[in-house]
Amino acid sequence: MAIQHVTGPELSELLSAALPDAVAGYDETAVWVHPAQIDAVAARLKDDPALDFRFLNSISAVDFVEYFDLVYHLTSLHRQSCAIVKARVYGRDDLSVPSVYQVWRGADYQEREIWDLMGVHFEGHPNMKRIMLWEGFEGHPLRKDFL
Amino acid sequence: MTIRTEPMTVNVGPQHPSTHGVFRVRITFDGEEIVEVEPVFGYLHRGTEKLAEERNYVQIVTLTDRLDYTSSMINNQAYCLAVEKLLGVEPPPRAKYLRTLTAELQRIASHLIAVGFFVQELGALGTPLMYGFRSRERILELFEMLCGARITVSYMRPGGVFADAPREFWPALDRFLSDFPGEFAEMEQLLLENEILMVRTRGVSPLPPEIAVNSSVSGPVLRASGVNWDWRKQEPYDAYDAVEFDVPVGANWDNYDRFWVRMQEVHQSLRIINQCVAQIEPGPVRLDLPLVLRPAAGREAYGRVEASKGELGFYLVSDGGIAPYRCKIRSPSLINLTVIEHLLLGWKLADMIVSLGSVDINMGEVDR
Repeated sequence: MAIQHVTGPELSELLSAALPDAVAGYDETAVWVHPAQIDAVAARLKDDPALDFRFLNSISAVDFVEYFDLVYHLTSLHRQSCAIVKARVYGRDDLSVPSVYQVWRGADYQEREIWDLMGVHFEGHPNMKRIMLWEGFEGHPLRKDFL
Repeated sequence: MTIRTEPMTVNVGPQHPSTHGVFRVRITFDGEEIVEVEPVFGYLHRGTEKLAEERNYVQIVTLTDRLDYTSSMINNQAYCLAVEKLLGVEPPPRAKYLRTLTAELQRIASHLIAVGFFVQELGALGTPLMYGFRSRERILELFEMLCGARITVSYMRPGGVFADAPREFWPALDRFLSDFPGEFAEMEQLLLENEILMVRTRGVSPLPPEIAVNSSVSGPVLRASGVNWDWRKQEPYDAYDAVEFDVPVGANWDNYDRFWVRMQEVHQSLRIINQCVAQIEPGPVRLDLPLVLRPAAGREAYGRVEASKGELGFYLVSDGGIAPYRCKIRSPSLINLTVIEHLLLGWKLADMIVSLGSVDINMGEVDR
């Protein structure tokens, strides 16, 4: 009973039916969404029975200097499927993205870690503090310009 | 007459003997009851993800040893699978079996520690833990035969394992496989139906499956909450599709079930090891890959395994260079701690350390 990977085009089709403005595009493996709508997309991904992604595996942030990519790996335990959702945030200062904490409680420490080490702020997270480093630390060490 | 009371905040750790390393948590008590929990991380943060950006793909294997240092083999495996996914290669069959075999030995060693410390935190000082360490010691000796190290093994490589097992490994493994069931039976006899253990852990800190899934909890903690989910079954990697094993699942979601699931998983790991020994065939153990790997630019891969603590994932992004552009580690210990508030709130001081032990965290992995 191997797990099925929901491809980018499939996921894009399922999502854009309900949230036509949220989907920014897709590639072979992942669907790209507008970062400002990530919380609405997350709620849809979890609650739509055709998607049913109730398990958030991990959130990763990748620093590409001009922009940051947020990568959400998801799994549906009932449908035996997994998917990747990505959002691209442009800029380097005062970055802010809606939090998915209210949808997946498992985002709690992961979003705090991304804020701490990558400097992407999650709006709506109830406890958006640094997690590994202390308050007052300057900079975000996992960024490419932090030496 | 009323007695004036006020909540009291107590600091536990980071140098507390039962926090499994340098874990710190601030707890507010109302009498003996826990009313507020605030974990504080970072005392063992070494910036592994940043270090990985400065090393080539093979060198990073040594960094993974130091994540969850009680299950280095499984960390190696997760990382190597991610790199292989990135390169689009597959290791030779003998390497797959060697990896499965060593990963399961490591799982036994890790669960023995988890169970030993869990019981130690109930006040059974020494004996059960030493029963576990007795068998674990023999597993570490087997590892030493394979790669010369006991803890920081670095045995696996992208594309296989570092070297084939030496000739003396197989008789030693046979001796272990014939002795261990008896040694473990002693431990089971001592613990599984131990009245003190059952009274202290049955019904304590239950974790309902909906909360476990929503909080991204994985591994034995998730299965103890009644969710039948094991990446070795759902997404078989290495030789797991060639072996048979069952997935033990808890029914009461409590501290006892988390302990019980680990005890049962040791039996399943033994089953897997025995099947690997029977099925393994001679052959090459490593792909002939270049010394310095350069995955194509723009490629990315998420490789995951069912580690002893839960889902361990490596998300690698390549820019065509000799080092990964980004190496994100999905650490099961950190994410399993998301439910710590749920497990502790409303329970008593005496249950706190036990519940923490039932999650089985490893700070090397929490902080990275």
